[in-house]
Amino acid sequence: MDYILETRGITKRFGGLTAVDNVSIGLRAGEALAVLGDNGAGKSTLIKVISGVHKPDEGEILIGGKRARIESPMDALAQGIETIYQDLALAENLDVGANIFLGRERMRRSLGIVNVLDDGGMADEAKKVLDRLDIHIPSLRSTIRTLSGGQRQAVAISRSIYWDAKVLIMDEPTAALGVAEQKKVLNLVRTLKDQGIGIIIISHQMYDVFEVADRLAVMRRGVLVGERIVKETNADEVVGLIVGSETVGKER
Amino acid sequence: MSSEPRAGAGPRAGTRGKAASFLGGHWIYLFLVLEVIYFSLRTGGFASLNALQILLYYGVQVFLLSIAELFVIATGGIDLSVGYILGFASIISIKFMEWMAPLGLGEPLTVLFGVLATLVVGLIPGLVNGWLVAYLKVPPFIATFSMLGVCHGVSELIINGVYAMGLPKLAADIGSGHFLYVTRGLAPSFFSRPVVDRGVKVLEIVPDIVVVTAVVVCILAFALGRTRFGRHVYAIGGNVDAATRAGIPVKRRLLGVYAMSSFLASLAGIVYAFMYVSGKADAGASLLLDSIAAVVIGGASLFGGTGTVQRTMIGALILAVLDLGLRMAGTPTFDKYILVGVILIFAVVIERYMPEARK
Repeated sequence: MDYILETRGITKRFGGLTAVDNVSIGLRAGEALAVLGDNGAGKSTLIKVISGVHKPDEGEILIGGKRARIESPMDALAQGIETIYQDLALAENLDVGANIFLGRERMRRSLGIVNVLDDGGMADEAKKVLDRLDIHIPSLRSTIRTLSGGQRQAVAISRSIYWDAKVLIMDEPTAALGVAEQKKVLNLVRTLKDQGIGIIIISHQMYDVFEVADRLAVMRRGVLVGERIVKETNADEVVGLIVGSETVGKER
Repeated sequence: MSSEPRAGAGPRAGTRGKAASFLGGHWIYLFLVLEVIYFSLRTGGFASLNALQILLYYGVQVFLLSIAELFVIATGGIDLSVGYILGFASIISIKFMEWMAPLGLGEPLTVLFGVLATLVVGLIPGLVNGWLVAYLKVPPFIATFSMLGVCHGVSELIINGVYAMGLPKLAADIGSGHFLYVTRGLAPSFFSRPVVDRGVKVLEIVPDIVVVTAVVVCILAFALGRTRFGRHVYAIGGNVDAATRAGIPVKRRLLGVYAMSSFLASLAGIVYAFMYVSGKADAGASLLLDSIAAVVIGGASLFGGTGTVQRTMIGALILAVLDLGLRMAGTPTFDKYILVGVILIFAVVIERYMPEARK
């Protein structure tokens, strides 16, 4: 097994509700794994366990085959697991460089005495990472507010990549985007895969899944009900797994 | 928070959009210049070094308070207590010096320790504000409004409803002194007025307290614009969730911002005591609205995340010029209230409909 990230028997309960029940999944480098399921199926909870927001009640997380201690979002970040939430968590009043370096600002020495923000240096680094992902943003010094939804998504992705993400978790990456922008973001996901980054996508859009994912895992009521290789399945079968009636495909 | 209909529209096209954007970003400079020209034409003495110095001298409280307010507003908060913290500080600075006088330390040390003690005690209201806002999640409006009342009450209790008096002479000298004195036939002297015969003219350049204020304002402009602390202030005001997830110590930063606001208000209070040789509880009561107005005229949004020290100072200068100009023109002060109201609304409308392309 050459998984870069693996969960074994993850269980998470909230009071009497078992949100995630004994789920084991694995992710390889350069692979996109889609996690599908209806509302309340436990996808988000599973993701939050992996990204350190929730502590699991049972089970363990392995990174590069070794047991990892992930007890806070900072632990996850330190081990190369970056999460892009649906709201992107960008400061719209700041520019691209400032957002990529938010909380980890780069400083330079000015006049030999004081440290000042190195906005030029941060913009240069931002440009490098955007180029690496083949993203074009007209002006790196304009604020996020002036960017389109897809450009914002790209900035959020760039931020994760800049900080050496090994695993990128994307929560509904295309949900708020127009059709052309969705395509761009999906292309971006392919670029990331080519660069050896493992990606977990949570999505409702069946189209996204079949476009970029290599494998998919379907959850229902907290349980992992099926894993498929994307090339070997079809939308009907997947919908069947999601809603829990394997007959859906055959009724047509 | 309001949704942004202009978001996602991409770069604004056309020269009209560009012109509007330029005007949105620069109207305050234009307005200030027009204001100065108007009053210079209307009143004889307005365009003079003397008038400029008076304008800056009587403006220092609003300059300091508006910068204090700017930092808080940039985080998306508001500090209503600065005016009464100013009053509180004006009183305790004099009281501290009064208590220390019998110790026989000499005036310089008495003044120095009095100032330091006031600045330290002056941090307390801000630390409480910051603790309430950052850790107990009390809305800034409520936390600082309550602090306004507490400071007012405590101040009145200390002075029993009268003025605080008894400032050492040295402090009063600093309060009315100038940075540079130029006398014909003598070498220029710094900080101390040369002894001259009656009738010999001494040119006084830049009041001491204006020098102090200018230094403080420059340091704060640097802090907000060029340091990590300043960047975090903007990030918190822009998107507090993003700031938190990016690992910014949001609570500590907020505590720092409210403490700094209180510190600046205390400094303004000390300066008040030095200028007017007295301290009173409501010394800064009327200055709160002016300081918020300066920040808003300077283009900062009350939702947070925007505003600069430079532009806030322009906003404060617009108010100071208006105040002095109307006084010199002999217009009743009520006119000022009306005009400030009109300028404020104008500022907000411009900000809304002619946003500057960059922050």
